[in-house]
Amino acid sequence: MPAQPLELILARQFGDSLNMPVFLVDTEGNLLFYNEPAEEIFGLRFNETGGMRLEEWATIFKPVDVDGNPLPPEGLPLVKTLTTRIPASGSFYIDNMKGERYFISVTSVPVIGRANRYSGAMAMFWKTASI
Amino acid sequence: MKVKIWGCRGSLPAPGPENVIYGGNTSCVQITHGDTFIVLDAGSGIQRLGKYMNPNVKEIHILLTHLHIDHMMGLGFFLPLYDPEVKVHIWGPDSGKESLLGNLRRYFSPPLFPVTFSELPHHPVIHELSQNTFSLGGLTIYTDYLCHPGATLGYRITDGKSTVAYIPDHELGLGSSNFPHDPEWTSGYEIAKAADLLLHDAAYNSKEYSTKIGWGHSSVRDTIGFAKMCKVKKLALFHHEPTRSDEQINHLLDTSLRNQDLDFEVIMCAEGDVFEF
Repeated sequence: MPAQPLELILARQFGDSLNMPVFLVDTEGNLLFYNEPAEEIFGLRFNETGGMRLEEWATIFKPVDVDGNPLPPEGLPLVKTLTTRIPASGSFYIDNMKGERYFISVTSVPVIGRANRYSGAMAMFWKTASI
Repeated sequence: MKVKIWGCRGSLPAPGPENVIYGGNTSCVQITHGDTFIVLDAGSGIQRLGKYMNPNVKEIHILLTHLHIDHMMGLGFFLPLYDPEVKVHIWGPDSGKESLLGNLRRYFSPPLFPVTFSELPHHPVIHELSQNTFSLGGLTIYTDYLCHPGATLGYRITDGKSTVAYIPDHELGLGSSNFPHDPEWTSGYEIAKAADLLLHDAAYNSKEYSTKIGWGHSSVRDTIGFAKMCKVKKLALFHHEPTRSDEQINHLLDTSLRNQDLDFEVIMCAEGDVFEF
C-alpha cells in the first residue's frame, strides 16, 4: 500500500492527539482513521477495524433525524465537503453499532495541502447528548 | 551513479580541529551519472564543489530540499553561477504562497547578499516541485513533501539499477503513526523504500529529541528504525549537530548500534565520502 500524503499523515497525528471525536477520509470517502473519542460514538475500536471502505462504514454510521428516519447522504457535512471541497457543518442523530443514539454536531473541512493537493477531509464531532 | 558528500553538517557550518573527520560544511551532495550533474542542496559545502568540479560541465541542476539557510547559504558562492558558459537550473519546493523565485530572491538581494539574480551572466532556470516525477538525463527523480517546518522535499533518484534517497531534514517522530510499523502512515516512506543508499537526518540522540520535538529533526534511533522499515541497503546518517565533535559523533554511532541486529550497514556520513553504484 503506498504511503499517504503528508497532509493526511499529519491530520491523523493531529486527530490522534485530540480529545474530541475526529475522523479522516480520503477523496473517495473511505475512512482512513478515527480517534479514540470517535470510537465511543462508533461503538468500534480503530485498532480492531483499521480503515474502512465507504460502503462499509456507511452501514455502521447511521445518521437519522429526531424521529429516527435515515438522513440522505448528500445533506451530511462530510459528504458536502467531499463534493464541494469547502467546509460544512450540521447537527443530527446517529445510531451506532451498540444501538446507542447520539445527538452530534459535525464540522468537516477539506484537507488541501501545498500545491493545492487535495487529499480528503477531516470531520470533528461534538457529542451534544446521548439519548 | 556516483554520489559525493560535500557537506553533511546541520543547521550551521562547524569548522574546527575537532571536526576534521565528519567535516563542518552544511548540506551539499553531488550526484553524477554520465553527463548529468546534480547538486542536492546548496549549503556551505557547495562552495568547494564549485571550486573543484569538472570545468567541462556546462549544465548543472541544483535540487533544493527547502529554503532553510543551512541548505542555501552557499548558493551565492557557487562559482558556476558566474560562468557565462554554464547553465544552472534551480529546483525547489512549491511553498503554496510565495513563489520559489521570490523566496530565492529574498536571499539573493541586499542586505543578505550583494548580488541579485539579474546581475548573473544567466538567470538560473527555476523549477517548482511538489509531488513530482521527472527525468534528468538517465536519472529518474521522485519528490514529495516531508515532515519538517516549511515546505520541504525529499528526493529519490534512480538510474534504473540503483536508488539514492536524500532526506536531510525530517522529523519522523511527528510525521508518522505507530512508528516504525506502518509504512503507509510514515512521512518519507515512498522516497526511501528499498533504496541502495539513504542519506537521512539523524541530528539528535533520543534524550535530545525529547526536548526538541517539533524542531523538524530525527533521533538516530528513529532514523535507524525508519531505514529498517524501508528495507534500505545502506544508511548514512546526516545533519550532524554543529556542536557535535568527531569524537561525540563516533560515540553516538557506537551507542546507537549497540544491541542492534541489522541487515544493512549504518554509517555516519562524512564530508568527502563517495558512494558508487
